[in-house]
Amino acid sequence: MTVEGLVDLLGARIVNLADGERVLTAGYCGDFLSFVMSKAPEGCAWFTVMSNVNVCAVATLADCAVVVLCEGVTPDAALAEKVKQQDVNLVTTGMTVYEAALATAGRL
Amino acid sequence: MSETRIHQEYVVSGNNFASAGSASEEVKSTLKKIGVASSDIRRVAIAMYEGEINMVIHAGGGVATVDIYLDRVEIVLADKGKGIENVELAMTPGWSTAPEDIRALGFGAGMGLPNMKKYTDEFSIESEVGVGTTVRMTIRFG
Repeated sequence: MTVEGLVDLLGARIVNLADGERVLTAGYCGDFLSFVMSKAPEGCAWFTVMSNVNVCAVATLADCAVVVLCEGVTPDAALAEKVKQQDVNLVTTGMTVYEAALATAGRL
Repeated sequence: MSETRIHQEYVVSGNNFASAGSASEEVKSTLKKIGVASSDIRRVAIAMYEGEINMVIHAGGGVATVDIYLDRVEIVLADKGKGIENVELAMTPGWSTAPEDIRALGFGAGMGLPNMKKYTDEFSIESEVGVGTTVRMTIRFG
């Protein structure tokens, strides 16, 4: 499934879509950035409630395909700006992390 | 010893979370340009970002020196911060002295130093309370 496919599947709102055609390889759920850095697979959809600017650095360094902010969380202004500068895909959904991961599981 | 291909130095400013990670991003992009394997780039990125964040959170910033050779990357992170009282304890996964406001940002899981050790081939840390901390890391390619 592509990032655009995931957006459709979750009915997610787009904050920045730099590469909607990128193919998702896996999913990862978590908020502690050290765990995400070391465990999120390259090309994954990262489901989180963290919404500060450091999310962009972690997504870039771990090479996540898309960041999905869950639970109705919206990015703070610095994050919204940084993902545009860095070409990081970032979307939001009202689903819980569990619901979003469940909806995605088995469809990648 | 193989010749240095690229030498980079970065000043990491303290308590600036907006720019934290920029040195790691730059190193990552350099390694990508010269064709280093993505699995090796990832190890460098993780180790360096954790180190950068540690200097931002705990040391009021510092200097990151990166030397890229044909077969490895050597990173030295030096700060003049408050130092680490008990290095062994600081190396324990899950141990953290990060304050609550830092944890709210998603840091302070106590995995920084353990991650740095885990993803590097050589890792050493020298610290003196009141003087500062120097971390040296080597990541070999392949």
